[in-house]
Amino acid sequence: MGIKSLELSDYKTETIPTWCPGCGDFAVLKGMHSALTKLNIDPKDVVILSGIGCSSNITGFINSYGFHGLHGRSLPVASGIKLANPELKIIASGGDGDGYGIGLGHFIHSMRRNIDITYIVMNNQIYGLTTGQASPTSEKGMVTKSTNTGVLEIPVNPIALGLVSGATYVSRGFSGDASQLTSLIEQGIEHKGFSLIDVMSPCVTYNKINTYEWFRERVYRLEEENHNVINMEEAIRKSQEWDVKIPTGIFYKINRPTYEDEEPALKEGNLVSRDINTGKQIAKDIFTEFI
Amino acid sequence: MSKKEVTLRVGGAAGDGIASTGESFAKMCARSGLNVFAYNSYQSVIRGGFIWLQVHAGKKEMYSHGNDLDFLIALNQKELERNHKDVADNGGIIFNSDKIKTDKIEINEKVKLFPIPVKEIMSKFGRNPILQNTVTLGTLVRLIGIEYDALWNVITDYFGKKKKSALEVNLSVSRAGYEYAESNFEKMDFDLECDYNKHKHLITGNQSIALGAIAAGCQFYCAYPMTPASSILNWLDAKSAQTKMVVKQAEDEIAVLNMAIGAGFAGARSMVGTSGGGFSLMTEAVGLAAQTETPVVIINSMRGGPSTGLPTKTEQADLFQAIGASQGDFPKIVVAPSDVRDCFYTVIEAFNLAEKYQIPAIVLSDLLLSEHMETIEMLDFDNMKHYKEELAKSNGERFRRYKFTENGVSQRSIPGTEGTIFQATSDEHNDFGDIISDVFTDEEMRTRMQQKRMRKMGYLLKELPEPKLQGDSDAEITLVGWGSTSPIIKEAIDVMQNDDIKVNHLHLKYLVPFHSDVVNNILNNAKNVLDIETNYTGQLSRLISMETGFSIKNKLLKYDGEPIYAKHIINKIKEVI
Repeated sequence: MGIKSLELSDYKTETIPTWCPGCGDFAVLKGMHSALTKLNIDPKDVVILSGIGCSSNITGFINSYGFHGLHGRSLPVASGIKLANPELKIIASGGDGDGYGIGLGHFIHSMRRNIDITYIVMNNQIYGLTTGQASPTSEKGMVTKSTNTGVLEIPVNPIALGLVSGATYVSRGFSGDASQLTSLIEQGIEHKGFSLIDVMSPCVTYNKINTYEWFRERVYRLEEENHNVINMEEAIRKSQEWDVKIPTGIFYKINRPTYEDEEPALKEGNLVSRDINTGKQIAKDIFTEFI
Repeated sequence: MSKKEVTLRVGGAAGDGIASTGESFAKMCARSGLNVFAYNSYQSVIRGGFIWLQVHAGKKEMYSHGNDLDFLIALNQKELERNHKDVADNGGIIFNSDKIKTDKIEINEKVKLFPIPVKEIMSKFGRNPILQNTVTLGTLVRLIGIEYDALWNVITDYFGKKKKSALEVNLSVSRAGYEYAESNFEKMDFDLECDYNKHKHLITGNQSIALGAIAAGCQFYCAYPMTPASSILNWLDAKSAQTKMVVKQAEDEIAVLNMAIGAGFAGARSMVGTSGGGFSLMTEAVGLAAQTETPVVIINSMRGGPSTGLPTKTEQADLFQAIGASQGDFPKIVVAPSDVRDCFYTVIEAFNLAEKYQIPAIVLSDLLLSEHMETIEMLDFDNMKHYKEELAKSNGERFRRYKFTENGVSQRSIPGTEGTIFQATSDEHNDFGDIISDVFTDEEMRTRMQQKRMRKMGYLLKELPEPKLQGDSDAEITLVGWGSTSPIIKEAIDVMQNDDIKVNHLHLKYLVPFHSDVVNNILNNAKNVLDIETNYTGQLSRLISMETGFSIKNKLLKYDGEPIYAKHIINKIKEVI
């Protein structure tokens, strides 16, 4: 990148996070600061996006360009930015309600495109900002403010969805394992294509079931099992593990051409540095076709 | 006296080849120096249904697809039965006499019948039933006295790109149809004053919108298919190899507008297109564009509502949807082009204003305007101006993206720029872009920020041309309209030229912000006012009332899905006065 060696402070802002003490999102923020610093990417070339929810406030805590948009819509905005200027590093973020609930459609379609976006989901299996309703990843039977007799649906499985929808980097992190999480974020940013990092990020206030302790009893690192990351069948099998043992790390990682690389109109470089005045002559030429 | 203009309707079922027949005729007329206005009435079916395409052509300016028919080409029995009453006295009906029988229908005695024994004529050329259309075109051309070569040219162009055998057979049967008329029918009394050396541009409203976008330097177009806006997507995509525009179909209209806002935030000129249903899905993001101060152009080509409504029919009933789209108060522009030519210039203007004021610009078209074909004079490509804002540069301090300014517009920067890092936020924010909505709400900052954004509206209004009364200022009645009805109102006024009743016309293009004082003044000085719209509630008259306090009592409202005709307007005027 040809810039001076970055320090953590280059990516920090003065804004104090709005999260509860102990919130899993602090680990994600720290992981993002560390990964971006380590990769030595100039903050001016990074755009961090988010939707709405506790975790989506993260854009304000990272010193880079940011777009804190509508609930569930970070991926389409991110895609528009990437298509306009593929030279930028795009990191979309948000919560499980944002990405797997209201934004689920965009999640699947963005993965089909394999657009080069790193998508970090802070998955706490509950709606925090609205004070404790069921989320799409809440366990079946979970009692919440909106499900007093228990959730009836089975949870969304983002890892399995990522695998079958075309993401080329599918991983799960845990806020209680900072070193692995930072490494997953770092590899996700470096990966060219759609990178999913589903982070189990406990809500200490509204989710009394899926706590740090609950996860610690279950998680294990895939890399310690010599998991083969290019084997789809193996990845899908691993994506089904949950109640007893919960795998973390990279489930799947392959290379496939990205959306922006295959877009013919971008072969001549990004859109934003083009001269808009050339449109007049092109339109004039085309107008002759109407005779 | 010979007729100087001709109105043709081709009626049949979807799949009968109506569009190619009607469009070939329209193209032929345009290349014969005539003005053309063509409208396609169709349904949401791929096969079957009742479809017609109507072409109105002549040397003078064409304001509509015509009222009474000079010719009907009926492609099946039912179409003949449905349409024969629309044929004027001394008009004619051309039909395939092998398939269509007239003995059981009471056809006006003053209408001439031109039965064509298609099977006999085509016996040498093959049995493709679609060929009957080409035969009838040959007959029509002979009847109205257009040179056969004009038809030959159009058919050669149309089929030249396809199979050679198809071209040859179409040329042969068109000639056969022409010759059959020559030996069996008398010419009708038309003198269209064709000028075969003068070729006119024939273009639809959507093509004009799309061409305007290209001319404006649009770099990103995104849409989800929806009638009647889909042809913008299709056409821009087909042209993308030439324009290098990124054209994307997204998973839904929510993604569509959010993507376009992303592209706009990154610094690309971006546009989206949809109809009312898709615009409903875009609604939340309309406010996002205004709040993050990101320019974007939104085309809403209206169709019959509510809900799925009339997918292939025209209506102007989304005005309040456009004005009221998205929660909260925010700056925006809502503008309605009034004809095909105006579509081109309006889109360019929308891009410039969206960029200058960093707001969403909503352009309201409708099915009639978007999909009908019209001949237009050469567009002015050379004198158009592009507003391109100067982007901010680092001044060593933290960048105030939403800096308080007199006109409310703050210089923006785009990602990738050194020293101007900021966050665009959907939440309320301070002048840096830091959100002020969560920990505590800074009432003073909120008030100032809302005032900053809304200040743009006053400056924007000053920049918009004032509406002008067209015609005699001393008129007996003032016709008020917006959007696609403009040419039809002009036609009515044209027809009434020699009438005792003097009529003038106020057409409103800029709907938000609104020239309240000017409109109020014009209407208060009018002797009578008639509001003309294709919707149920008279949405424009309600907007006028809201903005000026002036209440328009006389309204001509049509909401059956088909356009208003000049005759409806004339009848209503006579009823009012």
